Amino acid sequence: MAAFDTKEGVISPGGIGFDINCGMRLVTTNLTFKDVKPKLIKLVDTLFRTVPAGVGSRGFVKVDKKQFIEIMESGVKWCVDNNYGWKDDLKKCEGHGVIDWADHSQVSEKAISRGLNQLGTLGSGNHYLEIQLVKASNIFDEKTAKVFGIHTPDQIVVMVHCGSRGFGHQIASDYLKVFDQSMKKYNIQVNDRELSCAPFSSEEGQKYYKAMACAANMAFANRQVILHRIREGFEKIFNKKAEEMEMNLIYDVAHNIAKVEKHKIDGKIKELVVHRKGSTRAFPPNHDELPSSYKKIGQPVIIGGSMETGSYLLVGTEKAMQETFGTTAHGSGRTMSRTQAKKQVRGEQLQKDMQKRGIYVKAVSMPGLAEEAGLAYKDINEVVDSLDKAGISKPVCSFKPIGNIKG
Amino acid sequence: MKYKILDHTADVMFEVYGKTLNELFKNAATAIFDTMVKRSTIKIKIKKEIELESSNVEQLLFDFIEELIYIKDAEYLIFKDFKIKIKDNKLTAILEGDKINPKKQILLTDVKAITLHKFSLKKSKQGYKAVIIPDL
Repeated sequence: MAAFDTKEGVISPGGIGFDINCGMRLVTTNLTFKDVKPKLIKLVDTLFRTVPAGVGSRGFVKVDKKQFIEIMESGVKWCVDNNYGWKDDLKKCEGHGVIDWADHSQVSEKAISRGLNQLGTLGSGNHYLEIQLVKASNIFDEKTAKVFGIHTPDQIVVMVHCGSRGFGHQIASDYLKVFDQSMKKYNIQVNDRELSCAPFSSEEGQKYYKAMACAANMAFANRQVILHRIREGFEKIFNKKAEEMEMNLIYDVAHNIAKVEKHKIDGKIKELVVHRKGSTRAFPPNHDELPSSYKKIGQPVIIGGSMETGSYLLVGTEKAMQETFGTTAHGSGRTMSRTQAKKQVRGEQLQKDMQKRGIYVKAVSMPGLAEEAGLAYKDINEVVDSLDKAGISKPVCSFKPIGNIKG
Repeated sequence: MKYKILDHTADVMFEVYGKTLNELFKNAATAIFDTMVKRSTIKIKIKKEIELESSNVEQLLFDFIEELIYIKDAEYLIFKDFKIKIKDNKLTAILEGDKINPKKQILLTDVKAITLHKFSLKKSKQGYKAVIIPDL
């Protein structure tokens, strides 16, 4: 992460990430492993069909350009207004699932035509939709877990990891070129052109900040319509209403984004543009931005591990506010290249091995699956342990995957 | 050799070669589409002509790759072969491929963008050499 003074500092598309508002979404159910196990294959197969993934996939939400503009300026609100979500979903998203400084006039036609048909798609690479299990022994803070709706041993939750798809990538690409050119004008030099930047207060900087918000809103909306599909899928398989299955959103949090926030530096409150690339906001209890039900416990932080090892739910802390501008990690991170992983693992074999271990995985691409093998990632337990020891977020519980959909 | 894959932890890094600029651009496009699809499974049914012009030839390569990624998402097209002509920082290319169809083609990992990280195009003893790191 990086934080700059809004008056003197810069904004950098490369420092935010090309997949603008790539993020995590976590949903509860009141189902247990016993309920889900007999229908797991049917459930995963259904979601694999209804939440498209992989190269060139098209989403189920058909919108025209006018509606897409509404989405990029109103995010999750558009989804709820159009019956793709519940009112309560809005409260459980970072910033209510909408960034209000979004301005569609700063977005290129190219970005719009890339994004128009992608609403409701997972994408590929490390993006996934996962059915997970909370074992009693993996609940570290029972009281906080209960506030999040995690209360029963062997309870099932659903996690989604995806972002703004081609739309966000095109916006980042468009502005990377603008900034690469404008650096001469502002006399800025960088070691890596990928980190090209412009003064935050400059015309270029402000235009990008508004366009970035459009991509962030599209990503929030994308994860929201995917949640709608997940609820529909569960309703079909378990023949119960999603409300009855308590399929409530715990939280939706971005891990590639920049926002203007107030932070204390040397005893003084300053306005900063905080870049979080591959890092998660981790605000402490009593922060203004938290939904009322989470005020006492702090902001939920969702950290994804590899598809073989599992993921974590944590909460933000005061120490994160003091030491890391209210920021923590976002995932386990790769330790091995995709090429190397494919040399060591075959997708088909990995799929079989995982099924033996109780994880049913459906993937669009078998080589793509091999690239995401657990051995290519750092140990998530060690990553979370280091966050805990540093005090920048506090583990609540961990999840084991039982069903996975990969692009 | 058309291109070599070099180790890069998060994404993938290509070193692309060509005796001529035309050949280098063709090999760069090949590397990008080899990442996304088993190209032998594409039957050529569509030919699309594009023209691009940039301030220099390195920028032209960047713009060309970006255009390929854009066409893939906006028009759902995936390409097997490329006929390329470059003259005075201007490119004319005929892209040969088909509509994306997971039932017909073996699709692999999506290329979402081209990055400027380590990006370069240089003259070498054998002709030209480029380094490309796409975002996957």
